[in-house]
Amino acid sequence: MNASDLAYLANVMRRRTGIVLAERKTGMIETRLAPVMRRFGFRDAGALLKELHYGHEALIQAVIEAMTTNDSAFFRDRRTFDEFRDIVLPALAVERAETRHLRIWCAACAAGQEPYSVAMLLDDAGLADKGWQITLIATDINSHMVARAEEGFYTQFEVQRGLPIRRLVSHFTQDDDKWRIAEKLRRMVSFRTFNLLDSFGWLPDCDVVFCRNVLMYFDHKTRLSVLDRIGEILAPDGALLVGPAETLVGSELGYFPAESAPGLFYRSRPAPLRRLLAG
Amino acid sequence: MKTCLVVDDSRVIRKIACAILKELSFNTEEAENGAAALSACRRKMPDIILLDWQMPSMSGVEFLRALRSETSGQHPIVVFCTTENDVANISEAINAGADEYIMKPYDRGILEAKLAEVGLVQPR
Repeated sequence: MNASDLAYLANVMRRRTGIVLAERKTGMIETRLAPVMRRFGFRDAGALLKELHYGHEALIQAVIEAMTTNDSAFFRDRRTFDEFRDIVLPALAVERAETRHLRIWCAACAAGQEPYSVAMLLDDAGLADKGWQITLIATDINSHMVARAEEGFYTQFEVQRGLPIRRLVSHFTQDDDKWRIAEKLRRMVSFRTFNLLDSFGWLPDCDVVFCRNVLMYFDHKTRLSVLDRIGEILAPDGALLVGPAETLVGSELGYFPAESAPGLFYRSRPAPLRRLLAG
Repeated sequence: MKTCLVVDDSRVIRKIACAILKELSFNTEEAENGAAALSACRRKMPDIILLDWQMPSMSGVEFLRALRSETSGQHPIVVFCTTENDVANISEAINAGADEYIMKPYDRGILEAKLAEVGLVQPR
């Protein structure tokens, strides 16, 4: 794989997904492309990337999916989920007491660990049992990941990272050497393959958006565009949860960080959520 | 520095677990079965116990029941670490007083995650 091939791949990724490839990670790129090479019968990564010039859509899609990062875990960055459970959810339970409808979007769900972690917390809160309507949408650019998430099967290794054993017993069923998320939680989530560069028009207005560990892969312009479009669908008192180390500085629409809650931002200030916290 | 008692009849597994635990800044002690582990606990109670299930001379569950009925007032964290991976086994362990459960095979990442789960290391 030469510099020209690499530059072309970087250009495809940036145009199609907004993801910026680090040039120095050539080894990582070749490792990720290896399964695509085997699947499409290319002898090396260079030959595969040359073929990309001809616009073979299935190949481009396979390359994009291979290049996206899908590493995740249940309750990854536990503090984010504590903030959702202890700050965001109680406030929304008050603010939405009349409509009794919560709308949550996990924007980059990988194999489903994030939305199912959210579903477990919603189940703990018992809102559905109290007659609340829960709209929990989970999307990812990688169609294979979305299909996996919909199935809800996880390996023994996956269920042992971040998932307390009591949750494993109560929220999963054992199926040979795999563990499957409980049917009740699986039904709670609507999955869909979705590129964050595409129109958000199909999404409902949301009360909470999880967009964690994805903005950091985008260039500045794409990051702003995604944040601004999230702002357009987020309710005025809605909350945005990003990774604890991610920043929203520069978003034209403006988000307001919650005090003492890294990664939690509000759509507007003052928000009812903040009043509740202050009270 | 916290002390972890590794209870397993496999010397190799004890060695691997102790090596990981030392990297995570734990003192380690070893016992090759439940009876030896109970004696070790009576001498000096560790902060945490990594516990295998199937062992000669007192199984993991038998050891745990005996430990939890001790009247010392001390309540070390017990994490099962076993190939007994059925829900029935996990439930039995929880009912016997286990705090967490690791299904073998495991790696450093899983051990670290479980130690974070019980509050003994910082979550990553």
